[in-house]
Amino acid sequence: MNLDGLLGELKRRVPADRLLRKPAQLAPYESDALTAFRSRPAAVLLAETQEEVIQAVRLCHRYGVPFVARGSGTSLSGGSLPVENGLVIALNRLNRILRLDPAQRIAVVEPGVINLDVSRAAAPHGLYYAPDPSSQLICTIGGNVAFNSGGAHCLKYGMTVNHVLGLKAVLPDGEVVQLGGESLEQVGPDLTGFFVGSEGLFGVALEITLRLLPKPECYRTVLAAYDSLQAAGDAVASVVASGLLPGAMEIMDALAIEAAEAAVQAGYPRDAAALLIVELEGERIQVEAEFAHLMQVIESSNPKTVAVAKDDGERARIWKGRKSAFSAVGRLSPDYLVQDGVVPRSRLGEALATIERLSQDYGLRVANVFHAGDGNLHPLILFNGRIPGELERAEALAGEIIQMCIALGGSITGEHGVGMEKRHHMSSMFTETDLQIMAELRRALDPAELANRGKMFPQGEAPALHGRGPHPLEEQGVISRM
Amino acid sequence: MTTLTTIAPQSYEEVQAAICKDGRIFVRGGGSKPALSTPSALGDGAVLLDMRWLRGVVEYEPGEFVFTARAGSSLREIAVLLAEHGQHLPFDPPLVEQGATLGGTIAAGLSGSGRHRYGGLRDFLIGVRFVDGQGRLVRGGGKVVKNAAGFDLPKLMIGSLGRLGVIVEVSFKVFPQPSAYATLRVTQASLDAALTTIARLNGSSFDLEALDLVFEEERPTLYVRQGGFAAALAERQERLRAWLGGGEPLPESEEAAFWSASREFAWVPATWALVKTPVTLGVIPALDRVLQAAGAQRRYVAGAALAWIAWPGDLEQLDAYLTRLQLGGLALRGEAEWPFVGVRNGASLTARVKRVLDPFHRFPIL
Repeated sequence: MNLDGLLGELKRRVPADRLLRKPAQLAPYESDALTAFRSRPAAVLLAETQEEVIQAVRLCHRYGVPFVARGSGTSLSGGSLPVENGLVIALNRLNRILRLDPAQRIAVVEPGVINLDVSRAAAPHGLYYAPDPSSQLICTIGGNVAFNSGGAHCLKYGMTVNHVLGLKAVLPDGEVVQLGGESLEQVGPDLTGFFVGSEGLFGVALEITLRLLPKPECYRTVLAAYDSLQAAGDAVASVVASGLLPGAMEIMDALAIEAAEAAVQAGYPRDAAALLIVELEGERIQVEAEFAHLMQVIESSNPKTVAVAKDDGERARIWKGRKSAFSAVGRLSPDYLVQDGVVPRSRLGEALATIERLSQDYGLRVANVFHAGDGNLHPLILFNGRIPGELERAEALAGEIIQMCIALGGSITGEHGVGMEKRHHMSSMFTETDLQIMAELRRALDPAELANRGKMFPQGEAPALHGRGPHPLEEQGVISRM
Repeated sequence: MTTLTTIAPQSYEEVQAAICKDGRIFVRGGGSKPALSTPSALGDGAVLLDMRWLRGVVEYEPGEFVFTARAGSSLREIAVLLAEHGQHLPFDPPLVEQGATLGGTIAAGLSGSGRHRYGGLRDFLIGVRFVDGQGRLVRGGGKVVKNAAGFDLPKLMIGSLGRLGVIVEVSFKVFPQPSAYATLRVTQASLDAALTTIARLNGSSFDLEALDLVFEEERPTLYVRQGGFAAALAERQERLRAWLGGGEPLPESEEAAFWSASREFAWVPATWALVKTPVTLGVIPALDRVLQAAGAQRRYVAGAALAWIAWPGDLEQLDAYLTRLQLGGLALRGEAEWPFVGVRNGASLTARVKRVLDPFHRFPIL
């Protein structure tokens, strides 16, 4: 690795104010939303054009310097954690929507475009971009593509990969490829789909062709409260088994409800042990028929109370509470870890009961707020990093939850990706051969393993795990949690 | 034609064993896409893997809306099993009655008219196991509907034509099947008018199961399918008809038959080539001029995302036309040394992947 060679070349090509080198400038980039990991890059390039990104990747390849592409740094798996002494290529300034074609229902965007901005741009045409991670106000499409991000509304229309039709990308050795296209269909191997979710290991997406959907004519959003988490989990299994196909089905437990209420006053019932949000969407006549059917299923699932959003305002409030839950839980505890495992939907009740038991065994509070319809759990393990040993206990608890997901036939991650955090669980989910072939594929694209080195694969070298969680800027008093 | 040794593996190990011997490997499922499953120029010692005996469901819990089956299972047996529980594969895979298999459908990368509602094959395949060119049994994806762990190997198998590996086991998510369907037939004054109507429908909030443009004695005609609760369907169709300003409902007795015939390509003359071509609304006018002039038959299905072309002549001619329009296609039937026609992107990335999964060139080139 020839870092000086790389930096010398970059200095000649970009103005000094876009090549950050000073410690104070680098601090914001030392962590992403998984603050337990921290690592200082040698430099951050604030790229402004696709050509700059391509040049930077080629130079990194020539000088053997590892690089990490980064959007808004909202990864919950440490996916955009810098490589120590490597280069961070910041993509937020590549934020142009290059084309929006309402007739063909596509948008071609650069990687730094904010997720929600796609829907905002599409709204005047009655269209929207379906994947809606909770961080959609700030997270970027480039990051969504790298980690195949999900959201609350994946149940019916899938995750990011299901909405990416084509890509222009620079591979880690500098080759620029064009994959897929503008049609919903394709011939030959689905290389676009293969690239999505590769966690930055296959290079950097420069232009992304997204599929847009027409906004549903109407929504019906139901809020049901339950006496136990298991009862809410069982209700989800009943709704799925009934043959209904809601747009979203979400569960929050008492701790998450309390936090969300304190943060945004969503109007949730405060005495419930668990809350189920079910949302139907589609043509009005069909939705009304489905709604009658849904209410029968819900009524027979022994809810404490059932409420239905009367208007768009109430619907928006319900979702605001749900989407703010992660950050709201942050108020309840100095630190927390978020898990992202998936279990078969028929095993939800069982999985939740196990988490409850583990929480008691470990003496750590766990808040649950998750995509129940997909079986995608999000236990938030609360701990205080200042108390010696608590982080390690929280990690051990998280590990047990992940192992439970695998044992139930599920996955270690539904939408956050493997990143730094779940690398060592990959070998529980995949065989040595599976991982070997993935590693060979990676090296076929990146022989020197420069792109996002250290992520996804179990053997990656780990930067020091920090005892407590605040972001480096938070520690310096520059930012604070809401 | 070269004589082939045929092996009909009944276990994953037998597939591995076949690949660990010498010779080129050619894979065939139900043989419903002869341009993809008729070996040509393989040389001596080539082996044909007949996958039809590697069949059967491995795991299916209806309440989970996911199943796992061996790759040689026929679409028909899967459809029958799912239907018993009111479920289906929403991407509407074609050639069901002609014996297409799950593995063959994935390897060819085929979705049908029903992909319009919820997406195509790529949106429902959640896991695969395949044997690579070194005889290694590999798993990618999983058995749950949401999964972001590891590289998305299932996507690599889609459209890989059995040339990156032999698919042996697959997992799909499935959806509840609408309890009733209704279809509106709407004749259009011209191709432009038809495309305008499709654009309007694509941007509307009508939930359509399928939206196909066919030519009936060269007259553009739209078939618009809705599905859902029977009680709501008549009113929904009437509303759609009013919005479109016309259209006649297909009689109930013909509704399912129309879509089934479409799925089986009953409209394609027996000796003609059949080519799948991904399209967009914008390119259809130019494409259709060429196709009409050449005497081809064609359908633009799934809201004009996909063209099925029945081609009477030499595929080289179609290849030239598609190349000029910057389109690409895949021949399913017809004489073809090489099944791809027109342009194809990502070739260098495909080659890199191929070097990993098939370093000794056991499978045909891709």
